[in-house]
Amino acid sequence: MQKLGESDRIITMLTRRHGRIRAAAKGVRRTSSRFGARLEPFGHIDVQVAGDLGNHGRSLHTIRQAESIELYGKQLGRDYPRYTAASAIAETAERLTPEEYEPSLRLFQLTLGAMRGLSVAEHASTLVLDAFLLRAMASAGWAPALTECAVCGAPGRHAAFAVPAGGSVCPDCRPPGSARPAPSTLELMVALTAGDWLIADASDASQRRECSGLVAAHLQWHLERGLRSLPLVDRSSSDGES
Amino acid sequence: MFEGAIQDLIDELGRLPGIGPKSAQRLAFHLLQADDADVARLVSALQRVKELVRFCATCFNVAESEECRICRDPRRSDESICVVEEPKDVVAIERTGEFRGRYHVLGGAINPLEGVGPDNLRIRELMARLASGEIKELILATDPNTEGEATATYLALLVKPMGIAVTRLASGLPVGGDLEYADEITLGRAFEGRRAV
Ligand SMILES: [Zn+2]
Ligand SMILES: [Zn+2]
Repeated sequence: MQKLGESDRIITMLTRRHGRIRAAAKGVRRTSSRFGARLEPFGHIDVQVAGDLGNHGRSLHTIRQAESIELYGKQLGRDYPRYTAASAIAETAERLTPEEYEPSLRLFQLTLGAMRGLSVAEHASTLVLDAFLLRAMASAGWAPALTECAVCGAPGRHAAFAVPAGGSVCPDCRPPGSARPAPSTLELMVALTAGDWLIADASDASQRRECSGLVAAHLQWHLERGLRSLPLVDRSSSDGES
Repeated sequence: MFEGAIQDLIDELGRLPGIGPKSAQRLAFHLLQADDADVARLVSALQRVKELVRFCATCFNVAESEECRICRDPRRSDESICVVEEPKDVVAIERTGEFRGRYHVLGGAINPLEGVGPDNLRIRELMARLASGEIKELILATDPNTEGEATATYLALLVKPMGIAVTRLASGLPVGGDLEYADEITLGRAFEGRRAV
């Protein structure tokens, strides 16, 4: 199970089998709490919740027991850019699961993979974030078109990109005011979607900045409200940049 | 749902942090049955806190004048500032008797999930205080949880280039808890054993 964030003592978790659930953690803020760090944000935990998960009634379930599998929050708290990226990942996962108890194994795997990726610090945090966002959008069914025209489906790399149209657009379909990202930026977006880290890690700062901008714009276009955490992502880190 | 005044009170109480609908109802009926004098004292305490108490212009602790008691105290050292999230953390650290410098109350921790970034906290004001050149040590006493740790990490990156020693309370404080719940001995020990970051 994946912990997303907390407000007071209500913990939001993304679970492997039951989708997003919320449950109360009693006394978690006390230093004597038996939960300790296990219910801290971004952790991968094994949790026992009291109450039948099949019962979707109004009453809030209570966390009985929590065992840590990997508490990513500990490392992420010590690296500010990674902490802010993890926050954006958690908020996106929450927003992509509007209903509780709707299983989404793919999103669970992507979220867990992203937290792990951030904590091992193998790749720049913004790349891990954008790879997660691109794949999460794909799992929600609205990945930006990158290798065909978003409007007519004409295959190939197209120079123009229009967020309202759904991604890359061919010269015939291109709406006025479309962006014209560098071809290497679209290349980076394709690589992040496919998990081609060799190409992604070799990208430069300007490609990454443009890619993040397009990904964020595409995401915000599809969500009703903007993400609170996305503007707060610290993109100043130069780690992992070659 | 009740009618009129009692429901209004339940609604108002229910807007307070940590008070759910059930607690709000319990409190409202408790107040309804309480002595008039008790209720009058509560009303006056509520009014007085809004009239008299404000935030210290220097450290943002609660104060009853322009500056708080600690900022006005000439016996305290100007060489170190202890950064905390909330005024209640000042109380917790004062209880340990370990610290004789000044404080800076951020007003929370950086928490992007709640939309709280560096600009929403009193960080600019802290930087202005540090620019005076008098301060030799900045002690980061944010909560021992992920948000508190991230806030400390952020501040350390910002302040270290200024040539000021930056320290963090020693580990040993239980992770996940709030600073205010730590007992004096544990907190005092964490304070004494603070380390450079
Ligand atoms: Zn087309
Ligand atoms: Zn003060």
